[in-house]
Amino acid sequence: MFIGAIGCEPLQLARVSLENSTSLDVYRRNGGYEALRKALTMSPDDVIAEVKKSALRGRGGAGFPTGMKWGFVPKDSPKPKYVVCNADESEPGSFKDRYLMERDPHMLIEGMLIAAHALGSKTCYIYTRGEYRYLIEIMDRAIAEAREAGLVGGKILGTDFACEVHTHTGAGAYICGEETALLNSLEGLRGHPRMKPPFPAVAGLYSCPTVVNNVETLTAVPDIIKMGGEAYQKLGTEKSGGTKLWSVSGHVNRPGVYELPMGYDDMEKFIMEDCQGMTNSRKLKAVIPGGSSVYIMPASDILGKDVRMDYEGLVAAGSMVGSGGFIVMDETVDIFESTKNLTDFYKHESCGWCTPCREGTDWLVKVFKRIAKGEGQPEDAQLLLDLCDNIEGKSFCPLGDAAAWPIQSAIKKFPEDFKRHLAPMLETRESIAAD
Amino acid sequence: MSSEQPIQSPGNQFTPNNPLPQEAKVPDEIAKFSPQVIAEMDAHLAKYPVQRSAILPLMFIVQRERGGYLDPPGVAFLADKLGVRITDIWEVATFYSMINTEPVGKYHLQICRTLSCKILGADKITEHCTQRLGIKPGETTEDSMFSLSEVECLGSCGTAPMMQIGFDYHENLTTEKIDEIIENCRGGRMSNGVR
Ligand SMILES: Cc1cc2nc3c(=O)[nH]c(=O)nc-3n(C[C@H](O)[C@H](O)[C@H](O)COP(=O)(O)O)c2cc1C
Ligand code: SF4
Ligand code: FES
Repeated sequence: MFIGAIGCEPLQLARVSLENSTSLDVYRRNGGYEALRKALTMSPDDVIAEVKKSALRGRGGAGFPTGMKWGFVPKDSPKPKYVVCNADESEPGSFKDRYLMERDPHMLIEGMLIAAHALGSKTCYIYTRGEYRYLIEIMDRAIAEAREAGLVGGKILGTDFACEVHTHTGAGAYICGEETALLNSLEGLRGHPRMKPPFPAVAGLYSCPTVVNNVETLTAVPDIIKMGGEAYQKLGTEKSGGTKLWSVSGHVNRPGVYELPMGYDDMEKFIMEDCQGMTNSRKLKAVIPGGSSVYIMPASDILGKDVRMDYEGLVAAGSMVGSGGFIVMDETVDIFESTKNLTDFYKHESCGWCTPCREGTDWLVKVFKRIAKGEGQPEDAQLLLDLCDNIEGKSFCPLGDAAAWPIQSAIKKFPEDFKRHLAPMLETRESIAAD
Repeated sequence: MSSEQPIQSPGNQFTPNNPLPQEAKVPDEIAKFSPQVIAEMDAHLAKYPVQRSAILPLMFIVQRERGGYLDPPGVAFLADKLGVRITDIWEVATFYSMINTEPVGKYHLQICRTLSCKILGADKITEHCTQRLGIKPGETTEDSMFSLSEVECLGSCGTAPMMQIGFDYHENLTTEKIDEIIENCRGGRMSNGVR
């Protein structure tokens, strides 16, 4: 598997290939914790201002501007404030956070500490999905090393800044990646999402002001402070600052984690050259560019279309950046089957809190199963769309929408793959009618 | 810990439609653990201003110590330790797929079935395991040596197909690799990934 940068100097992936890259020593020898030192000489407001200038947008999926989110935390609240790192990474297709923590744990600790300084927080939690146990062990070792060196705990770098960093484990529930479900889970409850507002920035963990950020978002912060927000923004485009990690999987010769400048031109070149083309020289059929929850793109929307890889470029091309889980499918893939596979995922991961999603995903799976068995009714494609319509925009949290979007886009972009499964029934019906 | 007093957790969320498992009745016995294990639990508890927050880390420890699953005495212990009701423990335990409420085999093979693994041959891997072990996903061998499960994306899509045994990742799987792994498990030459 490849891990590195294309089209720019590696930033987040600068140290991942160094020997002993998880050690504090290697991190410090390569400029580590210098950004924290600098941030501690700046006022919290100035740190937030730099992050705003960087045009950094949340890398967890929603793409919300990070500086703006930090700005929502009330300054005059008497309650403690919390920084929570979302390391739940359960979106099918995404695996970048895993390698960031596996190879460069101190970068995350430094990013969290800078965020804590900016927000006036003394406690940070890293919420990691339960399956990533080995990463919790790596993070715990790094935190202990940092504490030993006076970088975590009291009097950090000899200043009055004090901050604790703790790891926390999830236990196998995709919904706990949703930030309010994550907070419930961190409080020891079932991982059901909460009503918004109030947003976590105002009432989050233990009802205290809380910022929840993705691993990739927080690990971008040290570089922003080091080089300045404006310089970071200029690495990307005006609205999508900096660089972005793409987790590439599926039918390419070189899967891996790719760091690209935002606005990288273009997606075809990325697949055919950077990822070294399709396996067995088969034809490209489709790409899901941003993790399972975004619209599927047929090859005809990619090849020869100069699709720009950033937030605006992908929306213009009919999809989204999402979490950057880039799944490549060749001509042998049946899009009906792949959509059925993802629908099984959403049904399994629906938390059961609200009816449209809990019942809706269950019905979707039932219809998919019946079509797969060859017992589909001619109207079933429409029935799937109707079910999606009753879930999308009517569920308590965005998981419901995420379950509907892949189906809606697959039926629209690949109607022949659905028709093929429904054809036998159509034929029987016609022959009965003819008798 | 900071000197400021945080607001307490907003309390329990009940789900009346979610029936509790049979074992939810109060057990006669409370599990006991060694001082080392208690110390390990206390280290987790020290991270949080609200004790209940440690429920998942503690469940993993109890599960590890009680033969791979949360048994009624283990649940009673957790309720006691965290100062919550037994139903509160069940309520959380039944939500999370990694918390077992039934015994599992010594080696728990968890094969990823989601899209990237699927298009790179996950079905073949599952079928092969089924053949070699004589059990279907969701089952455990009679000698309690192996359990087989199909699970959702584990963040290894770039090294698909893959599975987890306990907490250990096994990636870029082939049928030959599966044979080797099963062989090593049978010969006791392999970790079961329980930590
Ligand atoms: C169903 C669902 C699952 C999510 N899973 C994740 C996840 O695994 N990791 C993550 O960082 N964000 C995830 N998110 C997004 C979070 O709710 C939240 O927007 C994010 O953690 C904010 O961090 P950011 O601004 O740095 O992106 C998920 C959202 C939804 C609705
Ligand atoms: S949309 Fe689905 S995941 Fe979200 S609250 Fe409703 S049931 Fe739970
Ligand atoms: S799809 Fe199998 S690890 Fe992601």
